[in-house]
Amino acid sequence: MIKIVKRDQPSRAIFFFTPVLAIFLTLVAGGLIFFILGFKPFEALKFFFIVPIADKYGFSELLLKATPLCLIAIGLSFCFKSNNWNIGAEGQLTFGAIVSGGVALLFYEQEGFYILPIVILAGAIGGMLYASIPAILKTYFNTNEILVSLMLVYVSKLILDYLVVGPWSNPEGFNFPETRQFSDSAKLPLLFEGLRIHAGIFLALAAVVISWFVFYKTYLGFQMKVSGFSLKTAKYAGYKGKKMIILVFLISGACAGLAGVGEITGPIGQLHREISPDYGFTAIIVAFLGRLHPVGIIFASLVVAITYLGAETAQIFMQIPKYTGQVFQGMILFFLLASDYLLFFKIKFIGSKK
Amino acid sequence: MHKFLIRSFVSSLVLLFTLTVAAVAKDVKAAFVYIGPTGDHGWTYQHDVGRKAVEAAGFKTTYVEGVPESADAERVLRQLANSGHDVIFTTSFGYMNPTNKVAKEFPNVKFEHATGYKREHPNVSTYAARFYEGRTILGTIAGTMTKSNVIGYVASFPIPEVIRGINSFTLAAQKVNPNIKTKIVWAFTWYDPGKEAEAAKALIDQGADVIAQHTDSTAIVQMAEKAGVYAFGQASDMDKFAPKAVLTSVENNWGPYYVDRVKAVANGTWNQKDTWHGIGDGMVVISDLDSQMPADLRSKVKKLQADLASGKVHSFTGPIYDQKGNLMVAEGKTADDGMLAGMMTYVKGVEGDIPK
Repeated sequence: MIKIVKRDQPSRAIFFFTPVLAIFLTLVAGGLIFFILGFKPFEALKFFFIVPIADKYGFSELLLKATPLCLIAIGLSFCFKSNNWNIGAEGQLTFGAIVSGGVALLFYEQEGFYILPIVILAGAIGGMLYASIPAILKTYFNTNEILVSLMLVYVSKLILDYLVVGPWSNPEGFNFPETRQFSDSAKLPLLFEGLRIHAGIFLALAAVVISWFVFYKTYLGFQMKVSGFSLKTAKYAGYKGKKMIILVFLISGACAGLAGVGEITGPIGQLHREISPDYGFTAIIVAFLGRLHPVGIIFASLVVAITYLGAETAQIFMQIPKYTGQVFQGMILFFLLASDYLLFFKIKFIGSKK
Repeated sequence: MHKFLIRSFVSSLVLLFTLTVAAVAKDVKAAFVYIGPTGDHGWTYQHDVGRKAVEAAGFKTTYVEGVPESADAERVLRQLANSGHDVIFTTSFGYMNPTNKVAKEFPNVKFEHATGYKREHPNVSTYAARFYEGRTILGTIAGTMTKSNVIGYVASFPIPEVIRGINSFTLAAQKVNPNIKTKIVWAFTWYDPGKEAEAAKALIDQGADVIAQHTDSTAIVQMAEKAGVYAFGQASDMDKFAPKAVLTSVENNWGPYYVDRVKAVANGTWNQKDTWHGIGDGMVVISDLDSQMPADLRSKVKKLQADLASGKVHSFTGPIYDQKGNLMVAEGKTADDGMLAGMMTYVKGVEGDIPK
C-alpha cells in the first residue's frame, strides 16, 4: 500500500533534486511525444539537445541565448525571494531597450569610448523606471503587482511600435518600422572574431556574483528571505517593507533593462519591433528552475536556452515543428511544479503484513 | 499482353522522366525561413505552397517556421547556410539585416529576401509582389457592391506597402462610386485573430458593409460572414472560411518565382535582381469571383484584370490628389516605382490620419 505523508520540514536534498528530476521527466515525455509524432525519439532528442551545441559556434550561440535569460532571472529572484511577483520583466526589458536605444541614436555616427557606458546605464535606468511603476503602486496604493507589471508589458511594446514606426524610424529606410543602425561605439564589443557572443555576458556574470553576495552575506538578503517566508514576521521584526519592495523591483528592472541593452547593442544593432522572443516571460521559468539560487539560475538558463536552439536544429534536420521548443519549456515548468509536491510530502510504501 | 506491354512502356517512360528530373535537380537544396506557422492560412501558408511547388519540381527543400525577427534570425540563417543549402528564401521584412549579414559570410550561397530593399552583396536578391494591383480589383468590387457607401479596411502597420494598398483600393472604388468613404482601423499586427475580429466588428458597427483587410488571419472574413456583410480574402483563397461573405481573394502566388530561382541556381544562371511582379507575371492571383456579384460586374472585373496584366491600366493613374487636395500624380501620368515604394500619404477619400 502506498501512503502519502506530510513532511515535518521541506527536504533540502529534494529542493535541489527536483529540478533535475523535472528535466529528466521532460526528456522522457519529450521522447514519447516525438515517438507519437512518428519521429525516432533518440535521434530527435539528439538533434534537440546535442547537435546544436556540438561545435564552437553552437556553444557560443548557447551562451548568447542564455545571457539575457540569466540576467533577467537573477533580477527576478530578488523579487520572488521576497514575495514580490514581478511578471513584467519583458516590459522592463523593452523599456530599457527603448531608453538605451534612444541614447544610442543620439550618438548616431559618433565614436568615443564614453558612448557605450552611457548607453548601458540608460538601459538600466529605463528598466528601473519602468519597474518602479508597479512597485510604487503596490506600496502606496496596494495594487496587485502581478496585474500591473503584466499589463505594462503590452504598453511598453506599443511605445516601441510607435517609436520605430514614427519619430525614430530610419529616414533612409523607406518608412519601414526600424531605426538606424547604431554606431560601433554604441555596440557591445564581440569577444571572438566570427562569433556573436559579446561583452554582455560579463554583465550577467557580475549579476550572478553580486546577487549571491547580497542573498547570503548581507542583512538585506536576510530581510528578503524572512519576508519571503512570512510577511507578518518581517513586519514584527520591524523591517521597512516598503523600501524593500521598491528596492527589489528596481534591481529586477535594472537587470531586465540590461538584458534589453544586450540584445539591441549586441546581435541586433538597432531598434525594431521584435527585439526579444519573450525572454522576460521565459526567465520566470529559468528563475524557478534555478530555485532562485544564482548558481542554479546559470544552469537553468543554459537548459532553457538550448530548447530554443534545439527546436531550430530539429526542424532543419528532421522537420519536427519548431513550436515543440515551447512545448519543452512548458513541460519543464509543469514537471517542476508537479515534483515540488515531493518537497512537502513523502511517499511511503507500507507492506500489507503487520 | 498487348495492354501489359503498353502499360510497362508507359510506366518505364514515367520512371525515365522521374530519373531525368532527379538528375537535372542535382543536389540543389532550397531553404525557407518563415515568420509564422505554416498553418496560418495567410502569409506563411502561401510561401509554403510555393515551397511545395519547388519540391514538386524535384528539388529538396527545408523550412523553419516561427522564426522571430529578433537576434534569432541570424542564427537560423547561418545554420541553414552551413548545412548544405544552396539558396535561402527569407520571407519577412525583418530578416533584411540578418540576411545581408549572413550573405556576406557565405558568398557561395544565394539569398532571396522578400519585401526588402537592401542588396548589399552580389549573392542577395530581393523580391516582392505588386499586391496593390489586386487591391484595384477589390476596390472596384467594393465600390460597386456597397449600399451604405462606407467601406471598412483593417490595416496592419503604417508602412508604404499598406498605405499603397489602401490608396489603390480607394482610388478604384471612387472610380465606380464617387460617394464612397474608406474607414481604416489600424490593428498593429500582421496576425492576431482576436484583434482582427475586433477591428472588423468596430468597422461594421460604423456602418461599413464591405470589409477589406491587410492582415493575415481568417478572423475578419468570418466576422463579416456572421454580420452579413461582404469581405475579401487575403493572401490565400479564404472562400471556404466564409462562403457568403467572401466575394473574391487576392492570392500571393510565389511558386513560379521560387521554382524559377531554384532552377537558376541549379543551372548556374542565378544573378542578383530586384523583382516586383504583379498580376501580369502571375505573382498576384485573383480567386474565383463569387456568383453574388452581378454578371456585368464580373465581366468588368475580368477585363480590368486583363488590362492590369497587360499594363494597359495602371493602379495609380493621374489625376490623383492627396487628402488636402494637393496633386500627387498629374493627369495622364502614372506613379513611378520610386513613388510607390515610399508612399506615405493617403489619397483623397480616405478618412483619418496615418498614425505617426
